[in-house]
Amino acid sequence: MLHRRKKEKAIESTLLIVSGVTVVALFLLCFFLFREGYLLFGDYSLFSFITGSSWYPSSSPAKFGLLPLLTGSLIVTAGAIILSVPLGIAAAVYISELADPRVAQIIKPFVEILAGIPSVVYGFFGLVIVVPLLQDMLDLPTGQTALAGSIMLGMMALPTIISVSEDAINSVPTALKEGSLALGSTKWQTIYRVVLPAALSGISAAVMLGIGRAIGETMTVMMVTGNTAIIPGVPEGLFDPVRTMTATIALEMGEVPQGSDHFHALFAVGSVLFIITFIINLIADSVKKKYRLKEAA
Amino acid sequence: MFKKSMSYMITLLLVTSLALFGAGCVGNDDAADHGADEMQSIQIKGSDTVLPLAQGEAEVFMIENPDKAVSIIGGGSGVGIAALIDGEVDIAMASREMKEAEIENAHANGIDPIQHTIAWDGISVVVSPENPVSELTYEQLKAIYVGDISNWNEVGGEDREIVVLSRDSSSGTYEYFKDEVMDGEEYRADALINPSTGAIIQTVSQNPNAIGYVGVAYLDGTTKPLAVDGGNGAEEPTSENILAGTYPLARPLYFYTDGEPEGLALEFIEFISSETGEETIFEVGYFPA
Repeated sequence: MLHRRKKEKAIESTLLIVSGVTVVALFLLCFFLFREGYLLFGDYSLFSFITGSSWYPSSSPAKFGLLPLLTGSLIVTAGAIILSVPLGIAAAVYISELADPRVAQIIKPFVEILAGIPSVVYGFFGLVIVVPLLQDMLDLPTGQTALAGSIMLGMMALPTIISVSEDAINSVPTALKEGSLALGSTKWQTIYRVVLPAALSGISAAVMLGIGRAIGETMTVMMVTGNTAIIPGVPEGLFDPVRTMTATIALEMGEVPQGSDHFHALFAVGSVLFIITFIINLIADSVKKKYRLKEAA
Repeated sequence: MFKKSMSYMITLLLVTSLALFGAGCVGNDDAADHGADEMQSIQIKGSDTVLPLAQGEAEVFMIENPDKAVSIIGGGSGVGIAALIDGEVDIAMASREMKEAEIENAHANGIDPIQHTIAWDGISVVVSPENPVSELTYEQLKAIYVGDISNWNEVGGEDREIVVLSRDSSSGTYEYFKDEVMDGEEYRADALINPSTGAIIQTVSQNPNAIGYVGVAYLDGTTKPLAVDGGNGAEEPTSENILAGTYPLARPLYFYTDGEPEGLALEFIEFISSETGEETIFEVGYFPA
């Protein structure tokens, strides 16, 4: 009995230490991220950082305007969501409601494999196939545009959106569907009027997770969007080159001397990115929780 | 009993792995400092332009000297110089000179960077093979890159918008081009920034509007190199012109060491300027210093 308790204690304290280290490491990470970013504002005004419309980090005086990067990230992400959400939900409805179970058994792992392809492979595919295709089809000076980034990101967000919305659709109580069918609705009416509204919060969580994935993606976007730090117009900016926050950090981090303003500016951009993804994850989480409560009730 | 000993084992394993992980971090620094005495190995890091050269040289060198190891990582000139300043590598590769601020940082860290010119690289301005333009002056190049000229018909080409490609700012070539051709002026804001030379070649080869710059070692027939006029007539980026010094866009490639090199670092630097080393330089596509 005594031995057993000792053993329990040992395991407990080991786990406590390990998880404690993880939490402390995460806190330190946030702390350093924000501190390094904050240091920029000793020399550079926060106002110009947030409202500045040009990003010239290596000219003198340097200009660290967040707006082109922020709007670049937003337009690429918005495009990705517009493309991937309808497709993702349609695929999820098909897999869980319409497909022959044997077909679904084949499609589901296939979708999950898509999530495992390294982003540099998506990027290369985008650069070699999608970019020239866009350039020819739309007669653009260059295919390296926000749209190319959106298409690639949409593809990459699809697995997340499909699998999370599929879970949501699957957990709609069978009684609801049967009730609807018993009242004489067709299969399509049931899906459209009953299943989708019932699964709505789960689907919204899927969309939020997709956005989270899209806004944080770096490598693929850097390879196909042209990385031009100009504020894009809406919606014609979709057909112009843009630069995202992640691509800026990846492109420039290699060169900056540690402790310089440029270095701190990249951390400040990283902090903004962190805050945005944090908020998106919070929303996704709360939407998900609501949805679980409903289901339990 | 077995279960109890298992939990102790797991705890022990966790503790030792943490300890080893910590020791591993320290161990690396030691290897860089004393490596030459014991294991005969050096670490080199930096410019992606110098990378293929250093790798080619290291392969030949290590075949001749099987007991010596030269390990090389790319990442960009700035990355290599930062690593040298932090004392992480024996040699930094760079396709540009160290900046004042970097030298100051190095001195502050007790590092005394010494520059070695190991080879010359020609920078080639490339366009699509479909583009009828075949030569540009410095003034035209500058006007294109800062944004004063934005249509190919202003430099004798077709009526097409010019799509300007540049490397990212961590590239030594980016800095070189900015200083040499653009008199330090900023790249036009809508230039497309490409993370690698490969991406520039890829884009130029499939876009008849595009113009970019790459090291001549990367020329592979999928793009058309332009003749460039730096004030003494247009010259093609051929090896004869670069060796004779008539092609204007040629620049030295550097190794940086902390103080005068010694041991394996010195041996490797001397090997590069040996006859075998020079052959390798030509093979890779660069030119002996």
